Amino acid sequence: MRLEPRSGERIDRSKPVSFSFAGWKVAGFEGDTLGSAAFAAGKRVFSRSFKYHRPRGLLCCSGHCPNCLMTVDGVPNVRVCTEPIREGAVVEGQNVRWSLDFDFMSVTDKVGGPFTPVGFYYRTFIRPRRLWPFYEKFLRSAAGLGELDEHAGYSRRYDTEHRKARVLVVGGGPAGRAAALAAAASGDGVVLVDEDASLNGMQLDGVEVLAPARALGIWEGGLVPVDAGTVLYRFRAARIIVATGAIEQPLVFPGNDLIGVMLPGGVRRLVNDFSIKPGNRAIVVAADDEGFEVADDLSEAGVAVPRVIDLRETRPRELVAQGGKGRVRRLVVDGESFDCDLLVASGGRQPAYSLLAQAGARIEFDSELGVFVPTELPSGVEAVGSVTGDGLGKVDPEPAYGGKGKCFVCVCEDVTTKDMKRAIAEGFDSIELAKRYTTTTMGPCQGKLCHLPSIRLYSKETRVYEAAIGTTTARPPWAPVELGLLAGRELTPARRTSMHWSHAEAGATIQWAGPWKRPYAYGEKPEDEVRAVHESLGVIDVSTLGKLFVEGPEAVALLERLYPNRFGDMKSGRIRYGVLTSDAGRIMDDGTIARLADDLYYVTTTSTGADAVTAWFEWWNAVWGYEAEIVNVTGAIAAVNLAGPQSRDALQRLTEADVSAEAFKYLDAQEIDVAGVPTLALRIGFVGELGYELHFPSPAGEYLWGQLVAEGARPFGLEPQRILRLEKGHVIVGQDTDSESNLYSAGMSWLPKLDKDDFVGKYALEHFAEREEKERLVGFTMEEDVLPAEGAQIVVEGFPAGRVTSARRSEAVGSVIGLAWVPTDRAKNGTRVEIRVDRLLRGARVTHGAFFDSAGQRMRS
Amino acid sequence: MSFLLSCPFCGPRPVDEYAYFGEVTKRPGPSPTLRELTDYVYFRDNVAGVQREWWQHRSGCGEWFLAERDTRTNEVLEVILPEPGRNSPA
Ligand code: FES
Ligand SMILES: [Zn+2]
Repeated sequence: MRLEPRSGERIDRSKPVSFSFAGWKVAGFEGDTLGSAAFAAGKRVFSRSFKYHRPRGLLCCSGHCPNCLMTVDGVPNVRVCTEPIREGAVVEGQNVRWSLDFDFMSVTDKVGGPFTPVGFYYRTFIRPRRLWPFYEKFLRSAAGLGELDEHAGYSRRYDTEHRKARVLVVGGGPAGRAAALAAAASGDGVVLVDEDASLNGMQLDGVEVLAPARALGIWEGGLVPVDAGTVLYRFRAARIIVATGAIEQPLVFPGNDLIGVMLPGGVRRLVNDFSIKPGNRAIVVAADDEGFEVADDLSEAGVAVPRVIDLRETRPRELVAQGGKGRVRRLVVDGESFDCDLLVASGGRQPAYSLLAQAGARIEFDSELGVFVPTELPSGVEAVGSVTGDGLGKVDPEPAYGGKGKCFVCVCEDVTTKDMKRAIAEGFDSIELAKRYTTTTMGPCQGKLCHLPSIRLYSKETRVYEAAIGTTTARPPWAPVELGLLAGRELTPARRTSMHWSHAEAGATIQWAGPWKRPYAYGEKPEDEVRAVHESLGVIDVSTLGKLFVEGPEAVALLERLYPNRFGDMKSGRIRYGVLTSDAGRIMDDGTIARLADDLYYVTTTSTGADAVTAWFEWWNAVWGYEAEIVNVTGAIAAVNLAGPQSRDALQRLTEADVSAEAFKYLDAQEIDVAGVPTLALRIGFVGELGYELHFPSPAGEYLWGQLVAEGARPFGLEPQRILRLEKGHVIVGQDTDSESNLYSAGMSWLPKLDKDDFVGKYALEHFAEREEKERLVGFTMEEDVLPAEGAQIVVEGFPAGRVTSARRSEAVGSVIGLAWVPTDRAKNGTRVEIRVDRLLRGARVTHGAFFDSAGQRMRS
Repeated sequence: MSFLLSCPFCGPRPVDEYAYFGEVTKRPGPSPTLRELTDYVYFRDNVAGVQREWWQHRSGCGEWFLAERDTRTNEVLEVILPEPGRNSPA
């Protein structure tokens, strides 16, 4: 029921807003929250409790407790008491069967007693094991919070913004505002954040106010992530001022969770901000002054307050709230009964120190005040206002009042005093253990309303002073945060080559290849593209290869030491294949190294290895200090591989240089003009046919690609390339090798030159050279026309003994071929092995060397 | 980890701009025993305290450098440019 218009109210009565609340149409005003409007409309049940499904209503009305968690427009766990009202919003109850007012599952409250003590599930439902899936399904749906809409993943967009602040103030109460103003007087860069939406738009001279926004934690380097709804601000602040205030604590007595039992601050908000008459007859029980001020507000609003109980003067033994249908009807104090429909109960205020604790402050029990206060703040972090304990009076209520009925320590998790006592009796005698066992403080309020009461109770039961018990560890995030906000927007940058749009226009199927977007194939049948390369002419975009220049008087010395191969004897204009190994002897990357001049080398790496190889070269050179420069030119230089028996003729038509077999030999590197484009041409057998890898400035990409296609080259994609390379038995680093593979096991024992002085991996390879490898990478040919999956098992005598890493159907070979790791005793040429294909074992023969043109005549022709 | 790290060239930047390459190790001399080799390749001191480690300003200027960092607090006491042969063992 609304009161007459009052000064200071936040609602604008000229602007009605309506929405649906648990199926009812509810009207409120602009300035309301969803919760205040529903309350004004007479709604009292906002949620059903976690375990017992007891009806619960507004308790704190300030966003601290679990009682008003509802699903708003499909977003679960929204605190409607602080969520601003909006037209047409759909607000629904959570954790209910049937409806908020009548919940089937509330039978657990009546019969549940013996079935729902703490630890009950852990002990009971563990056996028989096979029934657990059934129990789990039931328990998961019986207990819990809102349900996530599984299809909502992309319905909201989240972003992260990196920001800097000279001074960041957390909390917009009087102390926070004063600190912000004082800081602003000496310069700009002052930001104040507060979770209260009503502070949005507040004018503070020279201060940027962010509200509603929550500081989630304080990390090293002054990092404070701030949750502003769909934006996560990552603030770096030179000074952080915490003014998070103090949080009203509930009293622990039987019936303390009944609807109508409220904290004083919540009642005052309803009256003063939203002009709501929260009840007709109120009793106030309080352990501090704050509690009493509410009595004045209530009287002024026309609520009868027949009784105010000051717990500092009287220490009742028994304090029980009784009610009907989940609502409070009376308070019984040591046998004396007072009727009421509103019971304001206050256990004093506890500094909201969590941010400080998590930042590294020490938290100590202040026996003067009866609460925990922060001390020894870390550098760069300050605290002002009641979070320090300033202005708080001494509170010392009973940890738990006697009487009949369920007495809640933790409303989030439905933990009663009985549960706590049982846990202590069972031997959980440290607060950290008791917390985990009972789950007290682990619910949605994250201890805001149950941490202090649980420690008080603990202290009493174990007869240990609060100071000695200490607190449980405060961990970020301080406030619940949507996972989407932490995950951020999915931003996956794609790299495209300078010829990309030519491929797209030609109808290529584009796929991800590491960070790149590359053509899978241009037509429906990759084998047609394979055939073109074997019979006439094909061209593939290989701009994704990593490309480095290594230059300087000691370039050769650097490369000699990075690669197991030898380079010193290589003449200018020649090319050599190289494999990089780590000092553990493992294969890291491969590529070609062309010597362009005495002190200039051109190195290619795998498509995904460019950045890692560059960093690797630079790191070793930071260690060794050779006079050599490493320049990564991957993006600046485009590359294509022109391959097929007609490639020489096609290239000759586009260049004036002599590319005849005599003038341009296999493994030669020459700088020539191709269709007017300065090009570094490398004659290598990339796909096993006569071919040239042409490297040239990226901007000429589409032009040169067009020229080559006009000369009759058929574009081919990654899939045909896989087939072509497999036909040659070429190993793909990262596909056929993994972090355990070394040069010997991968069949490249010819490559390392162990007589070199030193190279990365030499020591490990020396050891590997002397031992027998357990498994080897070999080629295989299937006996039948079946295609094993990559990763298929090699089976020896009924046991898995290896795996397939590549397999393709090859027209040119006339069989299904592949590469696989097999036990060394099965690695001889011609050995029969069995491969599991679709659950059946199929025979295959180990095949050494290339499957196609094993003498390599075609690429050398 | 969210601390700021000072690149010798670019100044203090968020740590996620850097690549961490682990604590400084000592590469053994020629023909190490298997034990010496595996010690170097696989074992780390993993100290709770100050250690010297390799960093690269990967998303910045690309420089490799050494840092003295307290692993307990992530406080970086010093950043040092490598001088091969003097302060930058593998
Ligand atoms: S009533 Fe909304 S959080 Fe407590
Ligand atoms: Zn830098």
